[in-house]
Amino acid sequence: MKLEAEAVTKNFGSFQALTGASFATGGESRVVALLGPSGGGKSTLLRVLGCLLPVDGGQVRVDGVLLPVEETAARQERRKNGFVFQGYNLFPHLTALENVALPLREVHGFEAGEAGERAMELLDRLGLKDHADKRPSQLSGGQQQRAAIARALAPKPRLLLMDEPTSALDPVMTGEVLEVIRELAEQGQQIVLATHEVSFARRVADWVVFLAAGKVVETAAAAAFFDQPQSAEARAYLDSLMRYR
Amino acid sequence: MVALGLLLAVSLAVQALFASVKYEWNWAAAWGYRAQFFQGWLTTLGIAAGAMLVSLLVGLGLMAGRRAPWLAVRMLCGGVVEIVRGTPLLVQLLIGYYIVAQQLQVRDPLLVGVLLLGLFEGAYLAEIFRGAVESIGSSQREAARAVGFNTAQTYRFVILPQAMRRALPGTAGQMVSLVKDSSLLSVIGIEELVQKVKILNSASYTALEGFLPLAVAYLIVTLPLSRWAQSLERRFHYET
Repeated sequence: MKLEAEAVTKNFGSFQALTGASFATGGESRVVALLGPSGGGKSTLLRVLGCLLPVDGGQVRVDGVLLPVEETAARQERRKNGFVFQGYNLFPHLTALENVALPLREVHGFEAGEAGERAMELLDRLGLKDHADKRPSQLSGGQQQRAAIARALAPKPRLLLMDEPTSALDPVMTGEVLEVIRELAEQGQQIVLATHEVSFARRVADWVVFLAAGKVVETAAAAAFFDQPQSAEARAYLDSLMRYR
Repeated sequence: MVALGLLLAVSLAVQALFASVKYEWNWAAAWGYRAQFFQGWLTTLGIAAGAMLVSLLVGLGLMAGRRAPWLAVRMLCGGVVEIVRGTPLLVQLLIGYYIVAQQLQVRDPLLVGVLLLGLFEGAYLAEIFRGAVESIGSSQREAARAVGFNTAQTYRFVILPQAMRRALPGTAGQMVSLVKDSSLLSVIGIEELVQKVKILNSASYTALEGFLPLAVAYLIVTLPLSRWAQSLERRFHYET
């Protein structure tokens, strides 16, 4: 994939989440990691790239195509993507299976039988076959996040956008979810990942976008970024995260 | 067992209370009016059923209006809710029937009564529904957008099913109120249950012989209503 942003701004009331963020990923990046301190704009940029939030100013292109701001067009664009959130955000009144199958039927035009089969196939692949008929509250955090990944993957998204998918999980569950993400990346799924798991990002990412205070401070191929971060902010950030690992 | 024990204790207390009052019971006179009484009960049932339907529609409509993107609609629906909730049903019935309905050439008191009662209870339901809908968090709305739902789909598949469960206890209470409030329809000349009992009492010089069966007749409707709401709550129960 190729991601380009040009002077992107986004405000929430008086809070400026993005204040002129610009970057372009190089070559054919398959996994792009958004890194940086909390409050720096990672989550907002991720939502903008997935067409979940319209920009207030500036332009964003995915594979050379300008993302629309108007809601109807943006929804069409958004439907090509899959989202995974920090807090899982499954629908609590539906079973794991229905969480996956409902959007397939209502958004992607699957027949009921087809949608159920596809949903089951995904849950099976993510190790949730025996939990398909449970509601989210009956699942552990790691299982919920895997169900959320199944929901995002079911319509075969062009981009899988993940917003700190392991931040709410304990280390064991973090490991199980990261394992899933690594496998997806190896199978060729295009992923945009906002995360604080820098050692994981170093292993799977091709390209890094480093944000702080609403701006892109540094953007580079992953290997170059982790070996020789150019900016003082990136060096400080990586040092602080690596100190006790 | 506990329920039976409680029932026994309460009925003993009630019996002791009534025994202490010097009252000459005349059940024979009241019994003569049983057909009238039953007819009034059926009328009350019919009014309640009709007004429930109207109140649900009014409640949904006013709730949607109060969340509409247009200021004028929001203000209008907010104003209707405040005025209807803030004035006595008695006054609404009198003005609605003797002034508004007469002007509109509508002369069926039953129809007007059902509509006015439905409007009155619907204004309360609107606020119960609004509270429930607004309690569904922004992360659920975002998740709905993220899977590609449009606004209508977001309400239908994500917000309303969750809001319905949260609105159930309040809605059930309002429905019980509705059944009892239907007694006020006697002021526009509808012979529902309370009106029938008043006729019975004045004709046969009785009081408690009319009012006690009246209380029981209302309980026969309201208790199953509450139980039904509780069973619905259990059926839609899930942790969030």
